[in-house]
Amino acid sequence: MLETKIHNLTLKNPVMTASGTFGYGEEFADFIDLNRLGGIIVKGTTGERRQGNPYPRMAETPSGMLNAVGLQNVGVETFCKEVYHRIKDLDTHIIVNVSGSSIEEYCKTAAMVDELDKIPAIELNISCPNVKKGGMGFGVNPEMAAQVVSEVRKIYHKTLIVKLTPNVTNIVEIAKAVEGAGADSVSLINTLLGMAIDVEKQRPYLSTITGGLSGPAVKPVAVRMVWQVAHAVSIPVIGLGGIASAADALEFLMAGAKAVQVGTANFIDPAVTIKIIDGLEDYCKRHRINDINDIIGII
Amino acid sequence: MKKYITDFTVVGKHVFNESYFTLTLKHPSKLPEIAAGQFVEVDVPGNKAVMLRRPISIHDVDPEKNTLTLLIQVAGKGTRTLSAIEEGATLNMVYPLGHGFSIAGERVLLVGGGAGIAPLLHLSKCFAAKGIRPTILLGGRSASYIPVQKEFEPYGTVGFATEDGTLGERGMVTQHSLFTTAYDHIYTCGPTPMMKAVARFAQEHHIACEVSLENMMACGIGACLCCVVDSDEGHKCVCKEGPVFNINRLTRWMAQ
Repeated sequence: MLETKIHNLTLKNPVMTASGTFGYGEEFADFIDLNRLGGIIVKGTTGERRQGNPYPRMAETPSGMLNAVGLQNVGVETFCKEVYHRIKDLDTHIIVNVSGSSIEEYCKTAAMVDELDKIPAIELNISCPNVKKGGMGFGVNPEMAAQVVSEVRKIYHKTLIVKLTPNVTNIVEIAKAVEGAGADSVSLINTLLGMAIDVEKQRPYLSTITGGLSGPAVKPVAVRMVWQVAHAVSIPVIGLGGIASAADALEFLMAGAKAVQVGTANFIDPAVTIKIIDGLEDYCKRHRINDINDIIGII
Repeated sequence: MKKYITDFTVVGKHVFNESYFTLTLKHPSKLPEIAAGQFVEVDVPGNKAVMLRRPISIHDVDPEKNTLTLLIQVAGKGTRTLSAIEEGATLNMVYPLGHGFSIAGERVLLVGGGAGIAPLLHLSKCFAAKGIRPTILLGGRSASYIPVQKEFEPYGTVGFATEDGTLGERGMVTQHSLFTTAYDHIYTCGPTPMMKAVARFAQEHHIACEVSLENMMACGIGACLCCVVDSDEGHKCVCKEGPVFNINRLTRWMAQ
């Protein structure tokens, strides 16, 4: 009933976890059966180990939060040698979010992940707002976005998802550019660039001054962008941004997303993904929907 | 240690003053084992401006009654909202989180400041259960900043240090007559400057020392990577690798 497809990946349901909000899945194993998920997008992985930005890295804002983690991760080699072997036998799609500061770094990471049998896809992160070099820089310019995608496409042979930033004037233009460069799917939105100031201390909350806004506050922006992109490209769209309930997920599906990712809500309720999957099932039963695909893109 | 998401019932509330209160929370069945120094992530009900859970240190555990107690300092909108919670209310918690204190040493000093006193009661009881009576040194700006006092007496030798002299000796905990080299282990929780002073003293005198850090966090389970401390091995999540760290992992932090 909930089965859906992203390129040649069949997901048992459309609910995946968003990169950077779910660790490597292991952090949530006490709370949920990870095998019930449609997929897990693991923490953004770079060519080398990264320490990320200095503390403080987060601030709570109305219906959302700002973060400035800055791609802290163990690096692709440690991922392949250690982390991969701990999680590869889960009965769900493990997708690696590939991040970087240069085309060479993206390609190095993608090529190493390509070798891993149980990783059927990567999500190319050309949209991280929290790194000084690269990251979002590639995602705000259609030519640069197309260039990095086409270079990675040459060396990566499995499903290539490209994660887009909302911090652009026209996201459709970027989505079309990466589709043209060989992306199999696009996921959107990454965080919105934001800022918050502690007026008592008279300084920004984040060590980096600006950071990425996520949570329910961004959801209407995300739904709008998913709807625009889904009408403009023919590759499948994965929707994310503030999803915390089955109703939220349904908005994205109806707007045209073939699957969704749950992010910040995992911090508030570590079992939220399962509640969303159960909620989608209930919804389908209530509305006598035999196949979730029947409501995808109905708006 | 397995982590859970559970609805607890508030079965007790004690307000010390406008800054400090305790909530005693009853587990619906058998409370799992909880190490001293571990914490909970509490869902704060009834305030739309509070989206994220709040990390709160576990002050006391009663395995017979299946209750745990949180000592909470009103510090922001989350804890202010929690201060309005009354008996009978339900609080959803993710727990027990993080790594607690090792229960090691024979001549043991516990040093707490302000809300950092919270985990030391459970820790004192854990030592008492091993037949060890720690020295417990509690500090604050004035007496009202040391909300829990006599509760510690059954478990060790208790001393107080206040900046204004309203309780115990006047001055900082590190100036107190009980703050000496007579110990083989020091455990501390409180304001960062206090913990750094205690840690530097312990390091200088080759006394084993553990500190319990309090950083802003979102998830509490090592997923968001927001609460990192600059440890000697790089950025480590306070929620998952800590909140308790041996100072031999924090020489960089101590020097900052």
